Amino acid sequence: MTWKKLLIPLASVPLILLLAYGFRTDPKAIPSPLVQKPAPEFRLKAFDGGEVSLAELKGKPVVLNFWASWCYPACYEEAPLLEATWKRFKEQGLMMVGVDIQDKEANAREFLQRFGFTFPNVPDPGSKVSIDYGVYGVPETFFIDRQGQIVYKHVGALTPALVEAQVQALLKGK
Amino acid sequence: MISTLGHFVLFLALGMSLYAAGAAVYGARTGREDWLASSRNAVLVNWCLVTLALFLLEYALITSDFSIRYVANNSTRGSLTRYKIAGLWGSLEGSILLWAWLQSLFSALVVARYTDRHQAVMPYVQAVLQGICAFFLLVMTFAANPFAPSFPVPPDGRGLNPLLEVTDMLVHPLLLYLGYVGFSVPFAFAMAALITGRLSEEWLKNTRRWTIVAWLFLTGGIFYGGWWSYRTLGWGGYWAWDPVENASFMPWLTGTAFIHSVMIQERKRMLKVWNLVLITLTFSLVIFGTFLTRSGILGSVHAFAEGPVGMVFLGFLALVLLFSLGLIAYRADRLKGHGELDSVVSRESAFLLNNVVLIGICFTVFLGTIFPLLTEAIRGTKISVGMPYFNRVSVPLGMALLLLMGIGPLIAWGRASLNNLRRNFVKPVVAAAAATAVLVVLGVRQAEALLAFLCSFFVVGTIALEFWTSTRTRAATTGEGFLQAFAALLLRSRRRYGGLIVHLGVVVAIIGIAVSSIYKVEHEVTLKPGERMEIGPYTVQFNDLQAGERPTHILVWANLTVLKGNTPLTELHPGQRFYPNQQSPFASVDASYHWNQDLYTILSTFERDGSSATIKVMINPMMAWIWIGGCVILLGVLVAVLPERRLAMLTARAKAQPA
Repeated sequence: MTWKKLLIPLASVPLILLLAYGFRTDPKAIPSPLVQKPAPEFRLKAFDGGEVSLAELKGKPVVLNFWASWCYPACYEEAPLLEATWKRFKEQGLMMVGVDIQDKEANAREFLQRFGFTFPNVPDPGSKVSIDYGVYGVPETFFIDRQGQIVYKHVGALTPALVEAQVQALLKGK
Repeated sequence: MISTLGHFVLFLALGMSLYAAGAAVYGARTGREDWLASSRNAVLVNWCLVTLALFLLEYALITSDFSIRYVANNSTRGSLTRYKIAGLWGSLEGSILLWAWLQSLFSALVVARYTDRHQAVMPYVQAVLQGICAFFLLVMTFAANPFAPSFPVPPDGRGLNPLLEVTDMLVHPLLLYLGYVGFSVPFAFAMAALITGRLSEEWLKNTRRWTIVAWLFLTGGIFYGGWWSYRTLGWGGYWAWDPVENASFMPWLTGTAFIHSVMIQERKRMLKVWNLVLITLTFSLVIFGTFLTRSGILGSVHAFAEGPVGMVFLGFLALVLLFSLGLIAYRADRLKGHGELDSVVSRESAFLLNNVVLIGICFTVFLGTIFPLLTEAIRGTKISVGMPYFNRVSVPLGMALLLLMGIGPLIAWGRASLNNLRRNFVKPVVAAAAATAVLVVLGVRQAEALLAFLCSFFVVGTIALEFWTSTRTRAATTGEGFLQAFAALLLRSRRRYGGLIVHLGVVVAIIGIAVSSIYKVEHEVTLKPGERMEIGPYTVQFNDLQAGERPTHILVWANLTVLKGNTPLTELHPGQRFYPNQQSPFASVDASYHWNQDLYTILSTFERDGSSATIKVMINPMMAWIWIGGCVILLGVLVAVLPERRLAMLTARAKAQPA
């Protein structure tokens, strides 16, 4: 086979390289406009009967997690990590709130029981809070600093490394 | 249990297809018939194994066995059984299992059909088909296992996206998959021809029917998808140039080009390399399409979940391209065509032009589809290519294609004489011009619409003239009645007349597309109960809002009365469906469909207390023609491919029945 003929199959190489490059990009990566903005306030009744108000948590860094019992597997994957993070950092002043969206109450309570959540969790009747936060799909997690500013938003299941880094940064911040 | 068993069966099937491919090649190289027979058996066993895997997953879906992750993600207890079944192709892993099953089925069909024919090429055909099958099995066994267990087991599954819980979900994906997989058969025969060096027209003859059937399924899938989108998605359109729609359209374009250009090779022994390139392109575009849908590199409404699968598909695409283009390069010396163009005014050149235009459209669509990726790679900025680009480029090319559709089938082979041109084209041109003039008199002024009508009338004219003269000639020479002569004609050259019927269907669809997009009327207004809006000749009155619980969702709908003058015509009930598991509501479109226009209503938003509703009303003229055109295409293909005996039986029966 001559070199000239080799050009026929080689013509497809640039295309393949371009497509391979595509893996390095994320077509869905649209930065949240809420980052560096004050976290929208809400006041809701928790599953355990108490009341959670974001305004009253000012001065504490907050991890705000949106979840649902039908959100399998992502919410199921990150649930143990959330509880562990809460147990580990609550003494240092970290606050954690779970918001359950678009769910049936019985299923939601079963979810809470299964993972033994001890941090406050609230249902979101009418999806008001999830609309305020522009939640697109669960799970989504917002990291809010002591001044009540959203500093980071994560879409999809959390990973230990990410939580560690974000929470440490929040706790160090003023 | 099912989890382990299913995964194990997939491994067995993978081993079986690898063995079948290897044994076929070894048997062919050494000329040992026992190995070839063993390979054929392995193909059949492979099909049985993949069928078993398919049944296992369906069983798990139907019985809501959420210990399997795929089932938990794609089905809920509350779903109807048919949607549980459809869960198989609702998402990545299951759809690959379905694909693998169809691939193994087609392999088995090819083997069963040609057991004692084409013995020189069959082993390689088998090897290529089983190689493709092995790829899909490999994906499932190592990258996207549909039988992966779930832990912890959720109380209920997530279910299909509500948009997919409609009966259309049972049709559209299957048609597309049948089309995609179908094109692997001519591809395999082409590769076998290249490998064995048997490069005559044999492979074209063997695959003609397979190709046309694959084309039929793909065409049907595309049309059905448009119809589905139009009736349910609630934006009033049927085609959005979404990357995944384009992914199905591109192999359709090259496949259509292939169907036409093989005729030149059969007749004139020209374009040998070109035909091989076309079928390679078609199959590669099929794989490219699956890669797009499953890799997540481009945003799309159709996209499946992301994962390592994208990389695997890209690797396979690279393999297919390098392997097949490499083979073509290897055989290039023996692929010299025999003939040359005698004249520019000939059927060959009309077909060639048709190919150029089809490939031109394909390239345009391809460029538009990957352009966002291209700009990001080169300039680091994200841009998106929208409908205006695609429409602007494809409309003129589509017109050119339409014109060629009128010329191609009737112009003479070799060198068209002036007499041939005069006989076949003067009348249609005059008739088309006259009919278009009538439209101008009736008030049609849009240049684009007039051009579309002119070309369409011309094509219809040529087809009518061809049917008319041939039938008349036959009736005169045989003494048969007119209808009988017509039927006999259809029977005798089914490929030609089936093709002409397909062309007729395309024209009908293009008229529908042109008129509905140029003369669409759309109004969106917010109304209080009792208020009315005017659109075209109609008055739409908003009566009130109602809500009710459905098995899987809550439905809110508006009661509308449509009046013409003061006479009520019909009631429409557009609504929104609210699903507990979904963030945003889904439109529930209501429309009154007619052959000449659709009155289409959408409930955009509403006040919860029922005090007002925003309603979008559209008049889409001649929309039905698109779907009718699709049916005519189907009819034409059936005429072209139905076996002789079957058709003869049908006509005999028709004759026996008094009309």
